[in-house]
Amino acid sequence: MNKLSLKTFTLLQTVTSVGLSALARMVTGVRPIWNGSLPSERQRIYFANHTSHGDFILLSACLSERERAITHAVAAGEYWGKSRLRRFIAQDMLSSVLINRQWTRPEENPIEIMLSVLDQGHSLILFPEGTRNMTDEPLLAFRSGLYNLSTARPEVELIPCWIENMSRVLPKGQFLPVPLLCRVVFGAPVAVGPGEERRAFLERAHAALLALNPRPERDD
Amino acid sequence: MRHEISILIIGLLAVLTTASIVATILSARAPKPLSSTLVNLTQRINAWWVMVALMTVAFFFGRYGMTILFALISFAALREFVTLTHTRRSDHWVLLGMFGIIIPFQYWLVWTAWYGLFVIFIPVYCFLLMPAITALHGDTERFLERIAAQQWAVMISVYCVSHVPALLTLDVPGFEGRTLLLIAFLIIVVQGSDVLQYIFGKLFGKHRFSPNVSPSKTWEGLIGGLVSASLLGALLSFVTPFSPLQAAGVAFVACSMGFLGGLVASAIKRDQGVKDWGHLIEGHGGMMDRTDSLVFAAPVFFHIVRYFWTV
Repeated sequence: MNKLSLKTFTLLQTVTSVGLSALARMVTGVRPIWNGSLPSERQRIYFANHTSHGDFILLSACLSERERAITHAVAAGEYWGKSRLRRFIAQDMLSSVLINRQWTRPEENPIEIMLSVLDQGHSLILFPEGTRNMTDEPLLAFRSGLYNLSTARPEVELIPCWIENMSRVLPKGQFLPVPLLCRVVFGAPVAVGPGEERRAFLERAHAALLALNPRPERDD
Repeated sequence: MRHEISILIIGLLAVLTTASIVATILSARAPKPLSSTLVNLTQRINAWWVMVALMTVAFFFGRYGMTILFALISFAALREFVTLTHTRRSDHWVLLGMFGIIIPFQYWLVWTAWYGLFVIFIPVYCFLLMPAITALHGDTERFLERIAAQQWAVMISVYCVSHVPALLTLDVPGFEGRTLLLIAFLIIVVQGSDVLQYIFGKLFGKHRFSPNVSPSKTWEGLIGGLVSASLLGALLSFVTPFSPLQAAGVAFVACSMGFLGGLVASAIKRDQGVKDWGHLIEGHGGMMDRTDSLVFAAPVFFHIVRYFWTV
């Protein structure tokens, strides 16, 4: 990419991120609740529950502009890489990181791709359920990416983030959002303990995220 | 009308300045760290400065300003209300219609002064069609609860609130071109009553009015607030078509309705297990926390003026 188009892309991404954050605030009045961690520019993986395409917009609207500029959502390549338009939206406008869950070639290895982003000093937004949750369960079981990333880069903080109400704002199959108030609860960092097993850690991280839900009885 | 508006603005500025000075002195004298009541008091007063400034700006834009301002207030109130209620995926289109059709259409009716449809659009057409749409979706789970909550949400946040700008459509003989002052009178008296009830309650409150619903409401606050707000109404009669005695009476009715509105809002919050409706206004809570009294007062005030003072 030459210098000029790189500038254009940076500008496009800034405009998109400022615009989407403003829109998210207007529609949902979104407000961060720092419940165990504080805003910081240190390198982090924010991991959150996933019910709607709007989730990562809501989460990044809670970050400062500087944090937002270095924080990328991890999105499914099978979906967002399908057409040129989708790829343009996901990669060029939203600067997300695309990974393929059914990968074959070694350069497609999702963990390697995410690690390379971390190694640039950037932060990630990860949805460890692996897909949007359309069930009655409040939170699906976690895939192992979170564990693999954390053991490979233990210095990166893992912050659980509970996104409230987004499934009501933009339910599955709908594209017009209903304006409802949303909150994002940021919890205390979770880290892999010495010698901790993959399954034990994933269950602990799962429980830590679930515990942040401020109104568990309201989930339907 | 300019003359009356200037007096009102100067009066409000004087009250707010006094309040800020008193709060600063209290905070300077109080032991540190400050009690939560004092912190909250300062936040509330600061928010009042912003709210008065916004109202004043809207005032200078006249009918445009008032209609748009109250449509936005309806939006914020409805959003808080619906967030608290139980909704299901199949309610999506009804909810979208509440925000996207009912609010704009109701305020368009206010704007065009189409009184006949303004009073029945929500209670007749919306109240019948909303449950019909929900039924057509075929999801009967907690059906009555869902449609009841939707109707009450629209009733409170849209229908009742829209009666404030609708005051501009009233034709009071001898009061032509000054109906904006009716809005100023209603808001100052009702919000003033809230503040006076708060002050009397904090200073003299002993006997709780309804401990099950709202622990902060006391008989002393209620009586002191209502009496002083009625006096305030009489004092403000020069901006209204009312005599001082009539103004006191109208203010008394409006503020009593306002008190009941606050009580109902508290009951709903208690039922839903929350303390505030939202977090839009620092120190006060959400939009509904600040407008619950106005919501109950506005339609009654509107119809009193319409019945007794218009031709």
